[in-house]
Amino acid sequence: MESPKEQSSYTVEQLVAVNPFNPEILPDLENYVNEQVTSQTYSLDANLCLLRLYQALMAMPAPDFSLCLFLIPERVQMEEQFKTLIVLSHYLETGRFQQFWDEAAKNPHILEAVPGFEQAIQAYASHLLSLSYQKVPRSVLAEAVNMDGASLDKFIEHQVANSGWIVAKEDGSIVLPQNEFNHPELKKNTGENVSLEHIARIFPILG
Amino acid sequence: MTTTYDFEDTPSNYDDVQRQGGQDAVYDPNFVPDSVKSFVVHMYRHIREKNVYEIHQMCETSFQTLSERLFKDTPWPSVEAIAPYVDNDHVFCLLYREMWFRHLYARLSPTLKQRIDSYDNYCSLFQVVLHGVVNMQLPNQWLWDMVDEFVYQFQSFCQYRAKMKNKTEQEIALLKQNDKAWNVYGVLNFLQALVEKSTIIQILEQEKEGLEQFTATDGYDYSGGSNVLKVLGYFSMVGLLRVHCLLGDYHTGLKWLQPIDITQQGVYISVIGCHIATIYHYGFANLMLRRYVDAVSEFNKILLYIYKTKQYHQKSPQYEQLLKKNEQMYALLAVCLSLCPQTKLVDESVNSQLREKYGEKMMRMQRCDDEAFGIYDELFSYACPKFITPSAPSFEEPLVNYNQDAYRLQLKMFLYEVKQQQLLSGVRTFLKVYSSISLAKLANYMEVDEPTLRTILLTYKHKTHSVGSDGKVISNADIDFYINNDMIYVVESKPAKRYGDFFLRQIAKLEGVMNDMDRIKLE
Repeated sequence: MESPKEQSSYTVEQLVAVNPFNPEILPDLENYVNEQVTSQTYSLDANLCLLRLYQALMAMPAPDFSLCLFLIPERVQMEEQFKTLIVLSHYLETGRFQQFWDEAAKNPHILEAVPGFEQAIQAYASHLLSLSYQKVPRSVLAEAVNMDGASLDKFIEHQVANSGWIVAKEDGSIVLPQNEFNHPELKKNTGENVSLEHIARIFPILG
Repeated sequence: MTTTYDFEDTPSNYDDVQRQGGQDAVYDPNFVPDSVKSFVVHMYRHIREKNVYEIHQMCETSFQTLSERLFKDTPWPSVEAIAPYVDNDHVFCLLYREMWFRHLYARLSPTLKQRIDSYDNYCSLFQVVLHGVVNMQLPNQWLWDMVDEFVYQFQSFCQYRAKMKNKTEQEIALLKQNDKAWNVYGVLNFLQALVEKSTIIQILEQEKEGLEQFTATDGYDYSGGSNVLKVLGYFSMVGLLRVHCLLGDYHTGLKWLQPIDITQQGVYISVIGCHIATIYHYGFANLMLRRYVDAVSEFNKILLYIYKTKQYHQKSPQYEQLLKKNEQMYALLAVCLSLCPQTKLVDESVNSQLREKYGEKMMRMQRCDDEAFGIYDELFSYACPKFITPSAPSFEEPLVNYNQDAYRLQLKMFLYEVKQQQLLSGVRTFLKVYSSISLAKLANYMEVDEPTLRTILLTYKHKTHSVGSDGKVISNADIDFYINNDMIYVVESKPAKRYGDFFLRQIAKLEGVMNDMDRIKLE
């Protein structure tokens, strides 16, 4: 029989260093951490695992973070750094962005640890807002992305240019791009598609 | 593999057997009753003649009857004792031992030595299959049982090993010595090797293009080849789904199942145990990933199927297991529907069964008090897979039991999710009765301030919209809404009626009826 899979030849640090923004490395990280979690030696290195969790938080709204927690033994989850991340995830899962940013501010190393972390959370916030709002008050947006004044203006400007946001003239609120979740009439009247494969099965009968 | 199995070397086994056996006379592994002689001789002949039907009958009926009559509390005769009646055929002996251990696990409690021996036997058997020297045709039921039992014994071993408190020094020494037995990588590697070597994934791909037949023949090979590797590879994908669920890795588990299209007929349906294991784990994994709609629809389909076909399986040795999984899936369905009330996805007869079993509990789960959590806890604990910690204990530390750790972690994570969703049923209640309502008014009704209400509404959106593996957003929402500044507009989602499927099925049915009628000759 083949011997148990050999550990990847690269370390997670190398992997992340070479591809900091590449979501393609997630499966590798996943394997790596899984291997550690399930390996007999229990050589679960807390730092590597944390790094993986940062990445998972950045993947919101995908459920990656919970997926990780399912695999991390409880006693590891009880460690201080893990607890902070779990609290942060809880705020994100329950749409409490203000509390999230307050908590994150208390742990500045978190925002600095992984490049692009802040932007990833802002992207998640924008995603969730656009599932929910046709038009969102500026103050609500400000809170969700943790920006105000000039930096918020710049952020909005960028979204206007790239993602189809519109600033309403009358009250300064932001009109978010239409999708089938904030404009339900767009939901394709799933005027039912029946695949050829299905139909093909009754050809002999029809013939 | 050249392990020898000599029970006379291990008198402790005798003692165990006797203790468990109670009233029975001393078990003599070398004594072969005539009925067993005839059983192995016939079985051996049928296997050589590739008589799948007879082999199936012997496994499902004769083996069970003999076990019931002669080996209620003892193992079957040792393989050495029966070998002379089957030309000492190596492969047959491996198959015999596979059944021998399966019977032992079902009726007695295996010793550590026996657990290890059984693992070795699976290794030898799978090696033979993987290296392509088998030319047999075995019933799907038996091939499924092999994979199923292999995973079951792995799980059982992990549970056994995790109960460290009462281990004797001898057992600990044996555990240390045999650290390869039931090692999680070994188990995963065998299953993966069977999938890969069988090229089953490619076969299923090619079948879609009409280049290959697999489903149409239920995996059997009618052109003189063997079905063993192909079908074992196929079932191993379900085995991998199960192992990964036991480890809490739902994502990987579902990935392994992907080549099997569970919306279509498939070989997995040909064995009821496999059908149930597939859907049970698929549904459970989706529940944990918050894809409630997927979980609900598949639970609904299989529960309906079991409801309609239960009576045909009454004689099957797996009948009790079937009933248990049936009950567990109702519990999981109750959980899914409490988190995501999509009752319209559930068939009427399934729904009425569900109400009967869990109607009252489901009412109480809608409230978000401690009692509701208690019920979520109860149903989850009753219906979840037997989670395992796959790693060996550290033998240096004081020996503690850790067999509950994995279960407790999954339960905790699940209840955490329930807690995050606890306010959503309140929102739902209000959204149901309004077509539009201002944030201020709803906040007032729900007795929260406006910013809090906004977070609750975002939570609702987040929890009811999952992101698929392709990054596409999928709505699980029964009721949806959108907000325009300070006003909430409610949209009730109408279920898309699947007329196409319905008509296709009816057309096929009508054709069947007409054919039947044509065959009737009126005198």
